[in-house]
Formats: sequence, C-alpha cells, structure tokens
Amino acid sequence: MNLQQFFKPEQTRRSALSEGQVVPNSSRCVQCGICSYHCPISIDVRRHAWLGEPVKASRCLTCGECVARCPRGVLRFERTSLFEK
Amino acid sequence: MTNYVIIGTGAAGVSAAETLRKHDSQGKITLIGEERDGYYSRPGLAYILTSEIPESQIFPFSAEDFQHLKLRWVTDSAQKIDRQSHKILLSSGEALPYDRLLIATGAEARGTKVPGVELQGVVKLDNVEDARRILRLCKKARAAVVVGGGITALELVEGLIHLGLEVHFFLRGDRYWGNVLDETESKIVEHRLQEEGVVLHYHTELEEIIGKRGGLFGGGELRVGAVRTVAGENIPCDMVAIAIGIAPRIRLAKEAGLKTDRGVLVNEFLQTDDPNIYAAGDVAQVFDPVSGKTVIDSLWDPARLQGQAAAMNMVGKRTVYRKEFALNVTRLAGLTTTIIGAIGGREPDDDTIGIVRGDSETWREIPEAIAAQSNFDVNRIRLMVGENTLVGAILIGDQKLSQPIHQLVARQVDITPIRAQLLSPDVRLGELIAAFWEHVR
Repeated sequence: MNLQQFFKPEQTRRSALSEGQVVPNSSRCVQCGICSYHCPISIDVRRHAWLGEPVKASRCLTCGECVARCPRGVLRFERTSLFEK
Repeated sequence: MTNYVIIGTGAAGVSAAETLRKHDSQGKITLIGEERDGYYSRPGLAYILTSEIPESQIFPFSAEDFQHLKLRWVTDSAQKIDRQSHKILLSSGEALPYDRLLIATGAEARGTKVPGVELQGVVKLDNVEDARRILRLCKKARAAVVVGGGITALELVEGLIHLGLEVHFFLRGDRYWGNVLDETESKIVEHRLQEEGVVLHYHTELEEIIGKRGGLFGGGELRVGAVRTVAGENIPCDMVAIAIGIAPRIRLAKEAGLKTDRGVLVNEFLQTDDPNIYAAGDVAQVFDPVSGKTVIDSLWDPARLQGQAAAMNMVGKRTVYRKEFALNVTRLAGLTTTIIGAIGGREPDDDTIGIVRGDSETWREIPEAIAAQSNFDVNRIRLMVGENTLVGAILIGDQKLSQPIHQLVARQVDITPIRAQLLSPDVRLGELIAAFWEHVR
C-alpha cells in the first residue's frame, strides 16, 4: 500500500463531512430509535428527527449507518457545500 | 396560572406537554398515564421482536428531558371527567382539577370472543408488556397461529418467524388486507411471507383455542395447546397472536357526555363540544378536508401534530389543525412500503374491524382517480391519478421514489404535463416520475 492509498479513506471522510449532512424528514419518523442505536459515536439522531433538525454535530462521521438502517426512509444526506464543484 | 391536564402519555400527549411548556412557562402541567413504562415508541415494538433494537431503545425521552418540561407525571388511571367541578377522578381517589383538559388516550387492541382467549399463550402487540410477554413465551414455544390483518398482524408474523417459531397465518378471505392493497400487492406480500416459511391458511377462521395443562403429568397452568378452525381443522400450537384492529379509547369522553362517534369528535381547533376539553391522537376523530368526512388515523406524525395544535389552542393561541395526506412508511413482509393518500382498496377486509395501528381511514377512500401502475414483482408503484394531481400512492420494495412521490401528493403538485403519459399502458412510472420530480422540485 502506498502512502496515497493509506490516506484515501480519511480524505473521503473529510470531503463527505464538508459536503453533506444527515437531514431528517420528521413526518416519517416514529421515534423507534434504530438510528441512535446504530450511531457509532452515539449521536442521538432520533432527537434531531423529533426536532426536525439536521445532524450538524461536528462529531458526525457521515458514515451513513443511520440513513441506511432507518426502516422508514426518514433520513437522507443533503449537500451543504456552498460551492458546486 | 392555568391548570393543564393531559390524559395519555403517547406521542399526542407528550408533544402537547412540550408545546404547552414552550408557550406557557408558568402554567401547571399534569400528565396522567396508566402505563408504568410511560412514553415510548409504540411502532418500535415490532423492532424489539425482530431484535433490531433492545427494549431500552424505544424510550425517546430521558428523565432529564421530562424534568425540563417541569410537569407532574401521574401513573394512574383516570376514571371520570367531572365537567361540572372541572376535575379528573383517578383510581387512587385523587381528584385533579383542570382548567384545560386534553384527552389523548389513544386506542387499544380489540379483543375477540373466541372461546379460549383467556388461556396463557394468547397474545397481542399493543404495549411494551405485550412485547415482553411474547419474548418470554418464545423461549419455549414452537408454533404460533396469527389471526388478524393490517400492519400489526404482519409485525407479529415477522417477529415470531424471526424468533424461530413455525407460524400459521389465518386469513378469512382469499387475500391479505383487501381494503387497502390491491390484488397484486396482496399477492406480493403473501408470496414473500411464504418464502420466509409462513404457512398461510386462506378462508380460515378461528373457532376455538384449545388449552392443555403445562408441567409434568398434566399439572400446572392451562395454556394454549392447539386451535380449531371453523372448518374443523385442528392445528397444534403454543401461542395465538391476535391483531384484528384497534378501538379508540373513548369511554371517558363518552361517559362525560362529550360528542363521540368512532372517536372523540373535535372541531378544526381540536376542541370537543366542551370548550375546555380537547382531544388529539388515535382517539380523536378529525375533519379531513380531502374527503369532507371526519376520520381517525392511527399514525405517529398526525398524533404529534394534533398534540401540538391542541396545546396551542389550550394556551389561547388559536391554531387550526389542517389534516394532511395520511402517510406511513412501514414494512410488509420485509418489504418497505410507503402508503399515502387515498388508494382505495375495493374489497372489504374480514380480518380486521375498523382500523389497525399504523393505519388511516382515509386510505380506504375510493378516489375519483385512475390507477397507474408499474411492476408486478417485489418492487411496485401504484399511483392514483386524479384530475390534475396525484391523490394517493403506494410503493412496495424499492423506495427511491418514496420521498418524491410523498411530496408530489402532499403538495398536490400539478401533474398535467405528464398525466397522459402516466396513464399510457406501457409507461415506466419510475423513470417518468423521477424525471418530472427533477423538473418540479
């Protein structure tokens, strides 16, 4: 593995962080808590869905676990980048 | 200082308490609930059975969250609303005074009168205690019979299959949920259930649950040993799960002389015919501007929005509750399914009485619309095409278009530019809708 490959995952994570955030559609949420349960860094995603607020926590890895696990399609990624590429 | 009392600790009651506190920092708020478990996600019960989450996960609020609301929580059963003296009588004997009252008592699973329902091993999925009971029984049970229809019956079927039981699902007619799904959709669900190993029994009705003595030498408690069908067939099982529908808990309101029908009747301010008493959530029968009727939903989001609107009116800020198109995203036999608006199942459903949990009476409305449909395998889209808008839709399986279709129906987007294409016989609905959504979003 060369050095460039070694750093690639981190780069991808950073670009995801700078470009996207998890946004809830509260009207679909039933507060089951599957999202919070699967968050690897224990962000209470369910609370964000209850309040209708995007997950803005700087700690969010945007790993997509909550988005993928939600059984009701509540969560989605939304681009936050101000400048389109 | 206003004395607010809320009876019921579900989504409607808790969101009402939040809203009351937000708009009245001084008022006294009392929340009365029968369940010792307090506020939890009732739809989350299904995910406990499938082991997707532990029981501890379904409680959305911490003790601290409730402390912030500065309310008094009373775990007791409200016995009577005394409208003359403005008091709620509790089982404990306490009489709680109120200035404004919210009835948010929800709904409860309907019982059945089949002989043997009192036996150990007959279950429902209505509250956390029921989920615990099922998990306990499943440690020893081998086979279960599920009777009923709608979402809860399938949640039970799925949960019991996951827990390793042989599951027999009784259907009185020739298909599942005939008053909401069309024939193709029923077949998709039934086929999927069969693939999972569920034994479907069509045209089958429960006649009797037969007990047997547990323990060695036939001693011990009488528990489920088998069921007998109306046709006379005996099926051995250790569990019978019943989900034939829910009934709004209107007793308190009715006995207090408030106007009730299937639910507690309210106006657009969610006010009953007593100006100091409001109702919200599964118990409330509200005006639906689309059908022009008063209807009941058993859905999380409407319960929450009604709780908020009722609370605004209780603090004196006049707020009209506008019922939106009823939406649920749920799983039917493992297939994620979005249902919105009127999709008019054209047949009666003998497996259920009234509505079930996660259900809306408005879905049964037969709209003045033509059905456009694509795909007949596990991924299916059916759109109800009205004069110039979509009036309802169902998506089974692939959910890529769930949000766009939800928005097209909810916002009543003018579909005139694609209406003719939508109704052409060889249309690919998915592609057409995706392209249209990109254009109008």
